[in-house]
Amino acid sequence: MGKTLLDKVWELHRVRTLPNGKDQIFIGLHLIHEVTSPQAFQMIREEKLKILFPQNTFATVDHIVPTDDQSRPLKDPLAEEMLAALENNTKESGIKFFDFKSLKQGIVHVIGPELGITQPGMTIACGDSHTSTHGAFGSLAFGIGTTQIKDLLATQTLALSKPKIRKIIVTGKLDKGVYAKDLILAIIQKLGVNGGIGFCYEYAGEVIENLNMEERMSICNMTIEGGARMGYINPDTTTFNYLFGKEFAPQGEEFEKARVWWGSMASEPNAKYDDVVEIAGSKIEPMVTWGINPGQAIGISKTLPDPKSLPSNDRETAKEAYLHMGFEPGKPIKGIPINVAFIGSCTNSRISDLREAAKIVKGKKVAPGVKALVVPGSQQVQKAAEKEGLDKIFLEAGFQWRQAGCSMCLAMNPDKLKGNELCASSSNRNFKGRQGSASGRTILMSPAMAAAAAIKGSLSDVREFL
Amino acid sequence: MSPKNSTAVKKISFVSGRAVPVKGNDLDTDRIIPARYLKCVTFDKLGDYLFYDVRFNENGLKKEHALNEKKYEGASIMIVNRNFGCGSSREHAPQSLLRYGIKALIGESFAEIFSDNCTALGLPLVTGNKEDIENLMNFVEDDPVSEIKIDLEKLEVVYGDFSISIKQPEQTRHALIEGSWDSTSELLSSLDQIRLVRSKLPYLNQFKP
Repeated sequence: MGKTLLDKVWELHRVRTLPNGKDQIFIGLHLIHEVTSPQAFQMIREEKLKILFPQNTFATVDHIVPTDDQSRPLKDPLAEEMLAALENNTKESGIKFFDFKSLKQGIVHVIGPELGITQPGMTIACGDSHTSTHGAFGSLAFGIGTTQIKDLLATQTLALSKPKIRKIIVTGKLDKGVYAKDLILAIIQKLGVNGGIGFCYEYAGEVIENLNMEERMSICNMTIEGGARMGYINPDTTTFNYLFGKEFAPQGEEFEKARVWWGSMASEPNAKYDDVVEIAGSKIEPMVTWGINPGQAIGISKTLPDPKSLPSNDRETAKEAYLHMGFEPGKPIKGIPINVAFIGSCTNSRISDLREAAKIVKGKKVAPGVKALVVPGSQQVQKAAEKEGLDKIFLEAGFQWRQAGCSMCLAMNPDKLKGNELCASSSNRNFKGRQGSASGRTILMSPAMAAAAAIKGSLSDVREFL
Repeated sequence: MSPKNSTAVKKISFVSGRAVPVKGNDLDTDRIIPARYLKCVTFDKLGDYLFYDVRFNENGLKKEHALNEKKYEGASIMIVNRNFGCGSSREHAPQSLLRYGIKALIGESFAEIFSDNCTALGLPLVTGNKEDIENLMNFVEDDPVSEIKIDLEKLEVVYGDFSISIKQPEQTRHALIEGSWDSTSELLSSLDQIRLVRSKLPYLNQFKP
């Protein structure tokens, strides 16, 4: 019986099995940001511990940064306090911090990959649930809480239970106007927001193999929204080509040795899985969420579902969703007017996302009354986008062009919805209050779909623009 | 490496107190503690903002919610439904509950990352079947001052004249009862083995064969 990537990486990093039955797993890469780390460093100080391997830890600031005015001190005193704490903590412990001055700052799950820090075969942890993003490289990457961050800083290991594994095979081909984001929304809709609890997902099949690295990251990013803490795609030539020449990737002769080892970490053809699911790629259309969790999603051409037609367990939440969103079952979802369009977040703020959105808006104008913003995922993405003139395309269309940060995805910074504004968003969560207003409403979709919605002023089918 | 200051081991096998039912499935971490309150450098004030947006409107006026009802004041055990704590990996949600004064939760099911975070903080979560949870909630609604007793060794909850069996993952239960839920010292004890594993990771050692 062959091994999965999960088996191989788990065994390689296992220090020992603990008395409580969990495994002590070495974490090869620890990523930190300003929200979840200060309390961990405080606990380290209080308990007189030391950071064991600062060289395997990298920091950025992303959640609380303003995307318009990043001058210091930041206008929000709490945000300034968190940034200052991170600066202090990284300086004291010798941890590399990609701050504004480095010109490499950005959303943590954008900068790790673009710097070549994220690599196949690693175990990667960060105090953020979307750490699953890095699984796109064939690594085991997952979110952790603050006490675990403390464990990680002090011991470079965590106590973990090995998950089961589900293989998700996506066959066929995605239609034009159907993107990686639509695929992952369709997968979560099919398997449910709880479907992955206790599982690691391996995404496979023709559609997955044909995705580029940024598309693979969008898929893995939302793994946690389906309940699975980690999800990965086996490393292949696409992965190696992406990593070649990246700043922190192996260079020269070492790259060739690395490539061989990376390839060897892929799941074996005769590996056994706890569950296998097949999804037909060509059956997927552009998706939008209609409710208050990412699993409440439908194709853009569909009508809003009758709660009675949903599994009995989901009916209460569906009714709650309709109450919050102000939608009516049975009505088409297409054509619902929007107030705000947000293109950004660790799910979809990379250069290829911005290119696809720019294609849609080029030569057109944002609908009157719609507030639209584009937030590149990192300073490097911003620079690359500006080099290609994407910023001009967005600005001419009437979008705001911002600086890198998590922005309106979760509104821990000034970018927030007001009142019950409805936002067409390329982010990953549509929970009540997520975007900064208790009555605000979020609709998740691909960046191209968010661009189309901004132009039409309502939920639209992006395929009509192509 | 300086040695860890030893702290008293806290064994948790029995929790009792008054209860408060917080109804609804899929209560996510953004509802338990709205994101704007995550901007804190220490956890101290988080208890004040537990379920804030569900309990208070934009003007700070109280909405209808169990946590606002006088009859549940002083409750230290929260009773919940399905998939409680789904969403973020941030520890702020369990911290908010702890600092509000919640010492344990009884529910139909809990999200995974949330469960791990609760255990790491010594906050026990136990599950019961849908019918038992419903009955318990109804009982608490009618008799909010009654003591609810959670026994992790026997895996049972006793209230009034009733007793229901509850579940908890064996590892978690063991960790709480033994006091090993405080993970750092456990992990630190194998420092030599940690260094050994690190020395064999190709990506940290120039991919030498």
